[in-house]
Amino acid sequence: MLKIRVIPTLLWKNVGLVKGVAFDSWRRVGTVLPAIKVYNMREVDELILLDISATPEGREPDYESIEEFSSECFVPLTVGGGVRNVEQIRKLLKAGADKVAINTAAYSNPNLIRDAATRFGSQCIVAAIDVKRKSTEQYECYSHCGRKPTGHAAEDWACKLEELGAGEILVTSIERDGTMQGYDLDLVRRISGAVRVPVIASGGAGNFGHLYEAISSGKASAVAAASMFHFTEQTPLEAKQFLASKNLPVRKSAPKD
Amino acid sequence: MKTVVIDYGMGNLGSVRRAIEECGGEPVVTSDPGQLDSAERILLPGVGAFGDGMRNLREAGWPAAIERALAKPNVAMLGICLGMQLLATTGYENGEAKGLGLIPGEVTRMEPSGDERLPHVGWNEIHVSNPSPLLEGIESGIDFYFVHSFRFVPDSKKSILATTPYGGDFVSIVQEKNVFGTQFHPEKSSHAGFRILKNFLTLPRLDA
Repeated sequence: MLKIRVIPTLLWKNVGLVKGVAFDSWRRVGTVLPAIKVYNMREVDELILLDISATPEGREPDYESIEEFSSECFVPLTVGGGVRNVEQIRKLLKAGADKVAINTAAYSNPNLIRDAATRFGSQCIVAAIDVKRKSTEQYECYSHCGRKPTGHAAEDWACKLEELGAGEILVTSIERDGTMQGYDLDLVRRISGAVRVPVIASGGAGNFGHLYEAISSGKASAVAAASMFHFTEQTPLEAKQFLASKNLPVRKSAPKD
Repeated sequence: MKTVVIDYGMGNLGSVRRAIEECGGEPVVTSDPGQLDSAERILLPGVGAFGDGMRNLREAGWPAAIERALAKPNVAMLGICLGMQLLATTGYENGEAKGLGLIPGEVTRMEPSGDERLPHVGWNEIHVSNPSPLLEGIESGIDFYFVHSFRFVPDSKKSILATTPYGGDFVSIVQEKNVFGTQFHPEKSSHAGFRILKNFLTLPRLDA
């Protein structure tokens, strides 16, 4: 049976790892390489590494650093931030990314998703959407690290991304981000219901119960969390033990030689 | 153990190279088929589409060089993910394309059922069908990391080393003599994956 994935998200800004609240008030929480080494040693299911200053600064992904990080990472690594064209995706995959997350560039150039999926396969193209609730009925997507409203309704945009060839949708609630008050379950449920590709829930996880809800009620295939792992004693391994106690399928690690 | 990692422009070679190093092999990542003359192990990684992969391999002259190398004693090959699929006779991703034909079979799109989604992404278990030195220390039920939408359907059940439940059961590990393939990514499957890579690097002498 396919297992539920618990994915620590690493937000990378300039030289360090940071975590904020609602895409703002960034706090430094460490450095990237040691964090990757620790998570790798603990056999996490997967890691997401987002360079959150690349797009605002209008620069390319930092391939050299990513090559350094990926050389210590023997679990799947999704890399995002500042990805604007197919050539950059090729370079990121070559630098050691297993999957590439695309967010802002997809709004101005939706064909980027199509071209990338055709060239590299849907399985390595993760479409990321950052979402705010607009009204009780509607959620709106934001680009540029949560700064610019796009006018796209979340479910419609998720469908469009799937149609273009995205292999997974990473959906983040901007309002819940960093609050540790729980995922926006209504949002997760809507996106999971709108597409047939796997959905990764993100934004708001504060305890194991939140992870459980995103899967059982939100129908997510994977749960991403940052603050919960950075600022509390809770670990991805304990999270999976909790999910297993609730009868959700989680990965068994192999014994180390 | 000189291990040639075939660079044909399809995806993440860095992780494969590092994993081979960690497992005690000597990886040579190259786009030069001439390197196969002195290789003991051949690794065909890759993500992407079947047709593109074969075209790139052919344009660089890999298929003939691979066949020559595999005819020698003590040479073994491992295909990973798309690399496993390319071992087949024929692929049906974005139209029909001829594969390397090293393990008779076809590559077709998976058919998810019920709540299953495609691509098949994440950790899933294997169930061992036939014993092999590649699976030394690996039991049924251990999880590996998968990310794919197509599957290898071998002509002969004898080629099947393990299956995985998704869209019915699909074949997750194949072997035909000295040619192996894993649909999952051993280089991204942590300790269990490293065990498979170590087994591959230290296979007992195989008849070509």
